[in-house]
Amino acid sequence: MEQLKTIGRELAMGSQGGFGQSKEFLDLVKSIGEARSKAEEDRIVLSEIDILKRRLLEPDIPKRKMKEYIIRLVYIEMLGHDASFGYIHAVKMTHDDNLLLKRTGYLAVTLFLNEDHDLIILIVNTIQKDLRSDNFLVVCAALNAICRLINEETIPAVLPQVVELLNHQKEAVRKKAIMALHRFHRKSPSSVSHLITNFRKRLCDNDPGVMGATLCPLFDLISEDVSSYKDLVSSFVSILKQVTERRLPKSYDYHQMPAPFIQIKLLKIMALLGSGDKNASEIMSMVLGDLFRKCDSSTNIGNAILYECIRCISCILPNPKLLEAAADAISKFLKSDSHNLKYMGIDGLGRLIKISPDIAEQHQLAVIDCLEDPDDTLKRKTFELLYKMTKSSNVEVIVDRMIDYMISINDNHYKTEIASRCVELAEQFAPSNQWFIQIMNKVFEHAGDLVNIKVAHNLMRLIAEGFGEDDDDADSKLRLSAVESYLQLISEPKLPSLFLQVISWVLGEYGTADGKYSASYISGKLCDVADAYSSDETVKGYAVSALMKIYAFEIASGRKVDVLPECQSLIEELLASHSTDLQQRAYELQALLALDARAVEGILPLDASCEDIEVDKDLSFLNGYIQQAIESGAQPYISERERSGMFETTDYHPQDHHEVPSHALRFEAYELPKPSGPPQASNELVPVPEPSYYSESHQPISTSLVSERESSEIKLRLDGVKQKWGRPSYQSTTSSSSTTQQAANGTPTYSDAGVGSSSSKPRSSYEPKKPEIDPEKQRLAASLFGGSSSRTDKKSTSGGHKPAKGTVNKPAAVPKENQTPVQPPPDLLDLGEPTATTVTAMDPFKELEGLLDSSSQDGGSSDVMGLYSDAAPVTTTTSVDSLLSELSDSSKGNPRTYQSQTSKGPNTKEALEKDALVRQMGVNPTSQNPTLFKDLLG
Amino acid sequence: MIKAVMMMNTQGKPRLAKFYDYMPVEKQQELIRGVFSVLCSRPENVSNFLEIESLFGPDSRLVYKHYATLYFVLVFDGSENELAMLDLIQVLVETLDKCFSNVCELDIVFNYSKMHAVLDEIVFGGQVLETSSAEVMKAVEEISKLEAASNSISLVPKSVSGWRGR
Repeated sequence: MEQLKTIGRELAMGSQGGFGQSKEFLDLVKSIGEARSKAEEDRIVLSEIDILKRRLLEPDIPKRKMKEYIIRLVYIEMLGHDASFGYIHAVKMTHDDNLLLKRTGYLAVTLFLNEDHDLIILIVNTIQKDLRSDNFLVVCAALNAICRLINEETIPAVLPQVVELLNHQKEAVRKKAIMALHRFHRKSPSSVSHLITNFRKRLCDNDPGVMGATLCPLFDLISEDVSSYKDLVSSFVSILKQVTERRLPKSYDYHQMPAPFIQIKLLKIMALLGSGDKNASEIMSMVLGDLFRKCDSSTNIGNAILYECIRCISCILPNPKLLEAAADAISKFLKSDSHNLKYMGIDGLGRLIKISPDIAEQHQLAVIDCLEDPDDTLKRKTFELLYKMTKSSNVEVIVDRMIDYMISINDNHYKTEIASRCVELAEQFAPSNQWFIQIMNKVFEHAGDLVNIKVAHNLMRLIAEGFGEDDDDADSKLRLSAVESYLQLISEPKLPSLFLQVISWVLGEYGTADGKYSASYISGKLCDVADAYSSDETVKGYAVSALMKIYAFEIASGRKVDVLPECQSLIEELLASHSTDLQQRAYELQALLALDARAVEGILPLDASCEDIEVDKDLSFLNGYIQQAIESGAQPYISERERSGMFETTDYHPQDHHEVPSHALRFEAYELPKPSGPPQASNELVPVPEPSYYSESHQPISTSLVSERESSEIKLRLDGVKQKWGRPSYQSTTSSSSTTQQAANGTPTYSDAGVGSSSSKPRSSYEPKKPEIDPEKQRLAASLFGGSSSRTDKKSTSGGHKPAKGTVNKPAAVPKENQTPVQPPPDLLDLGEPTATTVTAMDPFKELEGLLDSSSQDGGSSDVMGLYSDAAPVTTTTSVDSLLSELSDSSKGNPRTYQSQTSKGPNTKEALEKDALVRQMGVNPTSQNPTLFKDLLG
Repeated sequence: MIKAVMMMNTQGKPRLAKFYDYMPVEKQQELIRGVFSVLCSRPENVSNFLEIESLFGPDSRLVYKHYATLYFVLVFDGSENELAMLDLIQVLVETLDKCFSNVCELDIVFNYSKMHAVLDEIVFGGQVLETSSAEVMKAVEEISKLEAASNSISLVPKSVSGWRGR
């Protein structure tokens, strides 16, 4: 019965288009369709490959049979198996005179071959011939093949014919010729650069289809170079006008919309041409206004055009009326039940808030709905929107939400992205340092293996450098809070390696700093880390270094050190470690334990991780020693330059290294760092990079150094942040003046906005009105959108719109402030006026390089301990640690995938409530604005 | 620009795959599998859009539509409009429906080259060429007519007799 049905179907198909296939092929398709497993399918396909291989070798295959074999080959390849044994037959088939066979041949080669395949050369000739064919279908088939098979070298072979075809009488051919030319332009712009005027000409083609096709290449050309197409603005506008006035043939209507795809393309082009151009924008505004009125928002395609209009308006310099129309369209999208439209609405909102930031407030509840939607795509889009509208007033809520989401997903790609966004926002807008550290901890805990290692270094640097030279107290509180949080976290199972490195470093540097925790407590924890992650050498290295620091600080402060038994066993284990790095660290630790207080203090002074390194490049401290040696008959040192002067060939080497810095060690010295403080005595053991690390790491050391320096813009922007956090909002004057202004005229605008609970209104007025809205949601809305007043963000592109918004929510807070004398949480680290930022201007890596360099020039005095015993002023910073870890990190093969622990994490509800409360108080913990209090107190 | 057109059934078997930039076979399979694994985990009644940068690189979006046993998938970059792409799928399906009168999965499987012919009329080298299904039909019919004419004598009787013989 089943078979009968199939046969009936076959017969029906035979009558439809003559693509009949043999039973064999039908059986193949059927058996593959019924295969229960991938293995079964593979078996079927492999036996099919065997059959085809045999059949293709047979002599005198009838052409019709051949055609079917080729279709079968295509089918096999679509299923993921190699059909290259039959490519040549497909190529042969393109030579056939029969149109059906030729088309099949072209179809197969376009699917099989890429433009650089060896067989292409056999096809170019055929294509040339076919382009000249009288049969326009043959020409079309050849043009189709061109798009896929012609590469830069073969373009000249077919170019003249394609250009000729631009004037072919059949519009189908003209259309495809334009597309082929466009393809050439994409592949190699230079080869067709003299022909782009043709696109302009074809824009005036009689056939709307050809005109529409021309818009594709023009869009590309215009996005590359806007200025040379400004003259076309009026043409595009008039075309769009004609289209909307239904001047095109009826056949271009789609769902009662006239040529919607052409409209969309035109709007995209107009967005390019109108951006930043007042004249062009004015010409466009008429037709855009028409479009808003005419678009049928009940069909999908009508909404597509509406969305494109919104996009266009967000790009050009729009007039207020258009903005209003766009805002209306967005609110329709957001209120719709369709997820697609909501998605477009969120996207449009994200574009429009760049121009008028206040538009988001009307839609806050819709946005929050989207955030809680089960649709992942919509959720992500909404996070993108939130990311765009983050400012210092809502950063906490947004980043908390992002982190919750980050914890909940498994998609590593997106996890990485959202983690880096969290880090970026936190670095830019963090209201306090504690918060920043908390956020970083969460990011590391849940996505530690995915974040860039520089983020870890920035965090360490932040903790080490603190936030102001004059307020050591705040710094030490910050460090204490970091240490406390790490001590809590450290016993969690399975922390990411990077996070453990940070934890170990911070505990080593500051664990015992203010005496709250005993050395034995901290060192016990560090030993636990080293034990628990015994397979991770980098973490172990960090832990041992941290132990060393702790003991050094103990010795230096004159206390007696009792090494815990587990530490002792750890050291002994590492003394025999296979890793030379770990071994060296262990030996150093052992040696250090035997030294007296003074020497230890010289090696590892307290809290000196961010002191500058003073490199004595001339090694003058060795002068006496050299003098002595020469006196006792040693040869004086001949510098490399002098030596290379004797052998011409060696001349090249320094230069070579200079020019190819990526794969070789650099031997020449960096310029001297500018000394920015008094020369420091040596302060830490130098963990000289071990040879083992070089061999393990995939990159040579110089690469990572160079890349580290080049990418310095990624690092934590401490100076900007500092100003942000410390200083009262610089908008104080504007915001206070606009408060009254807003109180007078602000409320009416919000009440007609539809969504009733704009946070700018006093709470009492909207709560009774919209009782059905979850108060939780409102609070979230308030915290997301309410604080727009204190927008002191760097990203502000809004310009004049910002001050006008004013401190909307502050008047509402006055009575509450009186009722509940809750103080805003004292911001420990709010340092008032920003202090001169003396971030160390030098690159520690440079110094490290210098250090390596000078010691190597010395002619083999690479004995680090020896240097120390000479009390060499060779010091190092934490960056040595981080450098090492970077090297070793890049060498680590298998990053551990970390299972997210959803049970962990903060109580969002509580956090949100608290946050909302703080905001309702009108007191922003981030900006203790003196003028605000003046307002409040009358 | 459109990067790829795919059709696959709800079991993840590819029914038609066309990539407008060359991809090696293994990569194609990987992408098809990747797309399917995302698609089949999507709940009902959610949006038809997907961010797919993890598979297709930056600035790539995906629009899909689920018809009976088939997923129609378009992958494209930022120069296209998502909603319009959704309608392009609609155009494609409408055209196929006209072609095969009540299109079903089997039609697509068995009329592989005709499928490509239709698709080539709509999307050409990654750009949307034609969006009126009537125009597409006209072109496709013209092709089939000519093709039929060029081998009507040799093909039809043979195939019919072939079936009878079974």
